[in-house]
Amino acid sequence: MARPKPLPDPEGYFGPYGGRFVPETLMAPLAELTRFYDKAHRSRAFKRELTALLNDFAGRPTPLYFAERLSEELGGARIFLKREDLLHTGAHKINNALGQCLLTKLMEKERVIAETGAGQHGVATATAAAALGLTCTVYMGSEDMRRQRLNVDRMRLLGAEVVPVDAGSCTLKDAINEAMRDWVTNVHTTHYVLGSVLGPDPFPRMVRDFHRVIGDEARLQLKRQAGTEAPDLAVACVGGGSNSIGLFTAFLADLRVRMIGVEAGGRGPARGEHAARFGGGALGVLHGTRTFVLQDEEGQIATTHSVSAGLDYPAIGPEHVWLHDAGRVQYGSATDAEAIAAFHLLARTEGILPALESAHAIAEVVKRAPRLSRRRIILVNLSGRGDKDVESVLAWDREHAGDDGNHGTVESFAAAAARRGR
Amino acid sequence: MSAIDEVFQSCAREGRAAFIPFIMAGDPDLGATATHLEALAAGGADIIELGVPFSDPIADGPVNQRAAVRALAAGTKLSAILQLVARHRDKLGIPIVLFTYFNPIHARGVERFAEQAAASGVDGVLCVDLPPEEGERELIPAMREQGVDTIFLLAPTSTRDRVNKVAACSSGFVYYVSRTGVTGERAALPPDLVRDVKKLRKRLDQPLAVGFGLSTPEQVEAVGEIADGVVVGSALVRLIEEKGSDPELPALLEDRVRELAAPLRPRPERRRA
Repeated sequence: MARPKPLPDPEGYFGPYGGRFVPETLMAPLAELTRFYDKAHRSRAFKRELTALLNDFAGRPTPLYFAERLSEELGGARIFLKREDLLHTGAHKINNALGQCLLTKLMEKERVIAETGAGQHGVATATAAAALGLTCTVYMGSEDMRRQRLNVDRMRLLGAEVVPVDAGSCTLKDAINEAMRDWVTNVHTTHYVLGSVLGPDPFPRMVRDFHRVIGDEARLQLKRQAGTEAPDLAVACVGGGSNSIGLFTAFLADLRVRMIGVEAGGRGPARGEHAARFGGGALGVLHGTRTFVLQDEEGQIATTHSVSAGLDYPAIGPEHVWLHDAGRVQYGSATDAEAIAAFHLLARTEGILPALESAHAIAEVVKRAPRLSRRRIILVNLSGRGDKDVESVLAWDREHAGDDGNHGTVESFAAAAARRGR
Repeated sequence: MSAIDEVFQSCAREGRAAFIPFIMAGDPDLGATATHLEALAAGGADIIELGVPFSDPIADGPVNQRAAVRALAAGTKLSAILQLVARHRDKLGIPIVLFTYFNPIHARGVERFAEQAAASGVDGVLCVDLPPEEGERELIPAMREQGVDTIFLLAPTSTRDRVNKVAACSSGFVYYVSRTGVTGERAALPPDLVRDVKKLRKRLDQPLAVGFGLSTPEQVEAVGEIADGVVVGSALVRLIEEKGSDPELPALLEDRVRELAAPLRPRPERRRA
């Protein structure tokens, strides 16, 4: 692939994907947001202010960590973890939340709203809003509130109002519906801090730009720590796709780097049992963008399942579909069982509890690393920490007690992988 | 001239605004919808907006959301809605506009949908999450080819450029969303509505219908003074929800429509130029 043209195009399209599919009420506000964002994007003062917040408040740059014990355990490539889990609030989401909340101040709006699945974007937005003096409302599916209770409490302690959404599958998709309804109603005073590379233009590119610092940093760090700026393989999990785009963007033009995005394979390949858009999705229009969507033949959006709330969403960011078509990024999936096994493996070998979202990326690494020589380098984005998932993991283990007794070993991962599709 | 154009012309001759009720197709099932359509027509509907249920209706309030859930639970499909229109459109004798989200059309294929909609006698299509910029890519050319009107929306946030864009892309009429927000009944009309609608009507060649939040005869009367059409949705959908399968429902629906449309009946002293 030749050096890619800057995308999206002026209409917000990455090839045939993207665009602005929203009610008329939002069209003029989106145009206004685009004007403000384009100006901020070029403004040194905005960049300076955001960088100061990212460094002094959120804790950038995040370390790049050579996972030596995991690499040895797997007996192949050298594995480097980009430690976004060490950011303030515990995930990469704060990069975008700070960027958009700063933009909200420029637009002279006083209120932000957000949707959240795993709660990480909600916590990040509640945090950024508190730090910048904005009021904040977060919409969250009631099922997600149940499984990510810790994050609900954190948001409330940060002064945000958390509104449960009891519709559809009571997860991320339904939270976005409700956030969009709020935005349509309060658009004069409110900015919608969309949490992934989804939604109408300019969100997919704006959220990407706020996260590309992940890959930019990793590239420099690899050069210093491993003597090359180009890993052989870059891996990240893909829900909407923000942490993965944040990692991949710095390497897109470097054809030495192979990239893999990992979707949620859930309980298996039947519709409703997973959130793997490239494994059963079709072109559709959801939440403002034309992209790959899990849906039925009538164009009704499918319910999804993943043990990880942050990946439990039926659409994928439009740029990912473009990168998939272009052959630049490959997409695979990890099942619930594989992600849980990878969670335990990383905990036992490296002393790190990964978010269940990030555990999907680790699962892919566990499959790939043994097949590569020790000279090869795998860069994986550890997008969030797993404190929020402790209850979910323990509950899963209780339900599946007897499947295997030895958590945290390569053997137990192999056993989980063998159960795939069972 | 389309059937929708003719309705607005004949209403204009009578010096009144058109009454446009909305119901959700398939709520609680398509058999009931057939009866409800007849009741709306008998009560005095000039045009009917028929909702296509969608799983993720971001522009709708709770009443219409619940109607979509009921319709989808009953297995309502777009092809069956088109068949229903095909069976009833001529008998009803008034235009039917499909009020829908874009994905069900997209999933079917825009051209295929356009052909089927035209063959079924659908008069117009209004996609609530499809602004004209996106409509120009596929939907507008496909519908023009088949002679089906494409209705686009304007909102209080619409800028002058956007008004021009919508004016260039709409046929049949233009739908003005009376407030920033989702569908649903509201106690009061927005304070700027009269001024905004008067201003817009001067800039549009097409008739202008107003909807979102209108539910009482008083509101219909007030909006009927300034607009070419008045849309009432959630109030009727709520009646259908409350009465469910009550055999009296069609009669109640007809009475309610008659009551809502009554203020629009022509009186010589209210005739507009």
